Amino acid sequence: MESIKNIISVKINGIDVSIEKGTTILEAARKINVRIPTLCHHEDLCVAGNCRVCVVEVEGAKNLTASCAAPCEQNMVIKTNTPKVRSARKDLIALLVSEHNTQCTTCYRSTNCELQALASEYNVDNNTYLSVLKPGIQVDRSSWSIEKDDSKCVRCQRCVRTCAELQHVNAITVAHKGKDMKISTFMDLPMNEVVCVNCGQCIIHCPTGALTERRYFDDIWEAIGDEKKHVVINTAPSVRVAIGEMLGYAPGAHVTGKMVAALKKIGFDSVLDTNYTADLTIVEEGTELLGRLKSKIKDEDDSVALPMITSCSPGWVKFIEHMYPEHLAHLSTCKSPQQMFGALAKTYYAEKIGVKPENIVSVAAMPCAAKKFEANRPEMKSSGYQDIDAGLTTREIGHMIKQAGIDFSEISDSDFDSIMGDSTGAAIIFGATGGVMEAALRTAYELITGRDVPFDRLNIEPVRGLEGIKHAAVKLENCLEAYSFLEGVELRVAVAHGLKNARVIMDQIKDGTSPYHFIEIMACPGGCIGGGGQPIPTNDKVRMERIKAIYEDDADCKLRKSHENPEIKQIYDEFLKDGPLGHKSHKLLHTHYTKRNRY
Amino acid sequence: MTKTDMMVKELVDKYGSKRESLLPILQGVYDLEHFVSDEAMVSIARNLDLSSADVYGKSTFYSFLDTIPRGKFVIRVCKTIVCDMHDKNQIVDTLENILKIKVGETTLNRKFSLLYTNCLGWCHKGPAMLINDDVYTDLTPETIREIITDYKNRE
Amino acid sequence: MQERLKRLDVILGIHPESPYQVMEKALKRAPKDIISDLIDSGLKGRGGAGFLTGLKWKFAAAADGDEKFVVCNADEGEPGTFKDREILTLVPKKVLAGMGICAYVIGARKGYIYLRGEYKYLVPHLEREIAEFHKNCFKLELDFNIEIFLGSGAYVCGEETALLNSMEGFRGEPRNKPPFPTNDGYLGKPTVVNNVETLVSAQVVSRIGVEEFKKLGIQDSHGSKLFSVSGDTPRPGIYDLEFGLSLDEFVREFGDGDTKAVQVGGASGFCVPRKKFQSTTIGFPGGLTGDSLPTGGSMMIFNSSRSMYNVLRNYLDFFEEESCGQCTPCRIGCQQLKVGIEAVKRGDKDPEYLQQLLKLTDTMKITAKCGLGQSVANSFSSIVDNFREEMIY
Repeated sequence: MESIKNIISVKINGIDVSIEKGTTILEAARKINVRIPTLCHHEDLCVAGNCRVCVVEVEGAKNLTASCAAPCEQNMVIKTNTPKVRSARKDLIALLVSEHNTQCTTCYRSTNCELQALASEYNVDNNTYLSVLKPGIQVDRSSWSIEKDDSKCVRCQRCVRTCAELQHVNAITVAHKGKDMKISTFMDLPMNEVVCVNCGQCIIHCPTGALTERRYFDDIWEAIGDEKKHVVINTAPSVRVAIGEMLGYAPGAHVTGKMVAALKKIGFDSVLDTNYTADLTIVEEGTELLGRLKSKIKDEDDSVALPMITSCSPGWVKFIEHMYPEHLAHLSTCKSPQQMFGALAKTYYAEKIGVKPENIVSVAAMPCAAKKFEANRPEMKSSGYQDIDAGLTTREIGHMIKQAGIDFSEISDSDFDSIMGDSTGAAIIFGATGGVMEAALRTAYELITGRDVPFDRLNIEPVRGLEGIKHAAVKLENCLEAYSFLEGVELRVAVAHGLKNARVIMDQIKDGTSPYHFIEIMACPGGCIGGGGQPIPTNDKVRMERIKAIYEDDADCKLRKSHENPEIKQIYDEFLKDGPLGHKSHKLLHTHYTKRNRY
Repeated sequence: MTKTDMMVKELVDKYGSKRESLLPILQGVYDLEHFVSDEAMVSIARNLDLSSADVYGKSTFYSFLDTIPRGKFVIRVCKTIVCDMHDKNQIVDTLENILKIKVGETTLNRKFSLLYTNCLGWCHKGPAMLINDDVYTDLTPETIREIITDYKNRE
Repeated sequence: MQERLKRLDVILGIHPESPYQVMEKALKRAPKDIISDLIDSGLKGRGGAGFLTGLKWKFAAAADGDEKFVVCNADEGEPGTFKDREILTLVPKKVLAGMGICAYVIGARKGYIYLRGEYKYLVPHLEREIAEFHKNCFKLELDFNIEIFLGSGAYVCGEETALLNSMEGFRGEPRNKPPFPTNDGYLGKPTVVNNVETLVSAQVVSRIGVEEFKKLGIQDSHGSKLFSVSGDTPRPGIYDLEFGLSLDEFVREFGDGDTKAVQVGGASGFCVPRKKFQSTTIGFPGGLTGDSLPTGGSMMIFNSSRSMYNVLRNYLDFFEEESCGQCTPCRIGCQQLKVGIEAVKRGDKDPEYLQQLLKLTDTMKITAKCGLGQSVANSFSSIVDNFREEMIY
């Protein structure tokens, strides 16, 4: 009965619609496939109602109504496409254009810009109004990861809401008022001097080219063109399920083989797989976890920090460095797969293929903006060189494929090169929230008990999906002798994605109430498949498609546990020698963290 | 604890550390220092569990909470229509001459800043101005000279 | 008609019954009776928007909430308006009594006076009055406490939801409505935000009763109203007049004999040229012939020496600075209107461009997020319509 009482009906463009009370006009219209244009609205964020382009006519109202902000009321009569509405919208778009740097031809977001699309759709004349673009706006290129160009800002505040609501970082804010109102950092400092964690969520929520990743593909083209250089690229698992979107495919399309082929065609000397070092991460991190558990439980050493938290997500790592610098000991010392790859590319790999490390240019294809910053951390030089020379986003890779004139739909599949090209299903799922945890449990459980992790077909469903914080518990029974100290222990784990959820987890640790042994945290909602370097738009629908593709790839793999990767066995035999967390892996595969200022 | 931290702490003790206390605390800082410094904003952010950018965004919203240093006596001359009609320009010229600064500037001895402001609510007695919190109305070049002389003699 | 211009002194006058006696009397009545009286009296908000005060109180009284608030909006920032300052200076007890009655009616225990930063000098005076008020509340067993909350120089905070945001420590940007403050106000609790003069008028209804109150004013606009008179007038100041006066009468009384135009309702109000004085009445729009203009009480008089171009430019300067900046039509619209008339004046744009700008004012009026954004273009359209030549030559 309750639910029936909460159903109301409205008429939109003459069509009756029944919706739940509290539904906005915009949502009701979408239900019947009436598209109302928006700029400040985003499914991930709270309502703002400030761009006003979504205005509609509501019968009986003197003024137009912002459909994104107005809830439907019983028997409302709504018209979304009247002369009055169209004329007002066109005027509003013209106003936004008049405040905008309209050099679209040279804009990175050209053809993927919401303002440009609307201006074109409404056939807005650039000369309707005089330009009120502020003169002398400088592009902020101080950050390794993010470029901020206020001349292209429409003041929709999506970035500010993203930084606050999704990420709890609040590096950017709305400052000043009236004509001077702008999106600013603290004291308008350059982006590299504030608490920005480089997650790039602001970029994928920006409707225009005001926030973009710093592009490095021109440097890579140069390296590719240089015969002396051996250019090697490693591609992250979440890139292959999203790159198709840059090239005309629907979200979640399986195009791994095409991607590899295209990268080879572009001229990369070797196309390798970040999955390989994802598997390596699991072996190292799993060993680290077992070591910490042993110290804590068997040796009763209280100085050991538990829960241990994953360190693959560089946005998350910088977040904890800024926000919880006193709790850095909880972070696994493992480098991220990208940085493990970089360290090995200029040592192990260089040796294997007989190329001098100084002639190797090591590139990473990542779903991420923060990977650019991570690659440039001063401590990431354990090979004796900069381990990763450039981190490119999925979007940059998409641009490179276009620039190379490759017809992506026609190209035939190709396989990753070797060595460092083998992977398992456990590595592929790193791309989705919960994936690192699932991979770690598959390996750790087997190490401890000698048996498969007790979930149907190894699929650890409780840690999958888009819920903000997920939990699971696994009872450890009949442990192998070496792990008898874990007999009867219930291993409790949690998975968080989106830094707002990370904060909940960290506050528990801060208060001493965290019930977990091991936690996976990813900076971006959805995990890497929703990363700040992924194709735009990214929303929950798109995230789900990419996640689906990830788990399909995992299910298709013969090997689905990291420790079964033959190349991983090989590297411990031939190169790392004294096992996980041994001397060499400590030097190349592990790192330390930096306390940073919160303000 | 720095001097700024002590100042902010006193204000937080007085007004509380909830978000609703933000504006009173910013005003308190302004009253004491004649601007809201970056240091003070960071200290407020820490005390109220906000980000410093957040505090900056709130501060810059308000015309009276400058984030650049101002003089001990901030003169705000009303530039809105009725004061403008009643020869506000002459008042500003006089002030610029006496203080030897332009609107927007601060005297070298950090004693006076000269700024414009919007309607002060004294339209029937324009031109009007504020010096810190005190209102002066029916201004003429002569009364301006007297007022400024008086302030010059204040510590 | 002439007698309408008599000074009533309903608002600012001293009466045999003190404000706290009026409050005492009200507190003996049932809240619902006070609300129905207020609704019957037809009292509308005196800040300029003109919402029925009784309804506002009724909604807040009916709203669920463990805590409710009364907020007195003393963020008087409309150019040409200074009546609230005068009220707070001369008759603060009436304001406090109005707040007390409202608190009793809606069930609030906490009240705030949001005082604009420009009036900070009033704080010691008001604090003394509030202390005395609290003593009276104690005597009357009214559990109600008032605090002053100071603004810091932002016109837009006069908009009630912007004011609440400002109090909560957010930027003083207007919120989406619904929800309305009567349900979801300060800290998400039911809140009545009333203008200073509205609270006094609510107290007047309690003092003189519905019948007497309705005898004042005309049709849809009952009661008296404080007018802030300034500009080219020999008699600038505050006048307590009856609603329904024609602009013609007003100008005869207050003009300097050479009046060219009157700006009714401040910079966000309307500019009325001489030829329309006779047909314009001051009050809320009702069934009158000619135009009826609502007003927060600002009456700025311009004589023939004034350039209406300069007047308009001054307003636009004001708005492009004082817009909160969040919504497109207000933030960019104000800038466009300003650069537009400057371009036409310089000859960089044809006079026809004024038509484009007038069309823009229509867009601003129907798409802006808040009441202020919707009204900032009023002065533009009324000045450009009536003084087009001055914009061009």
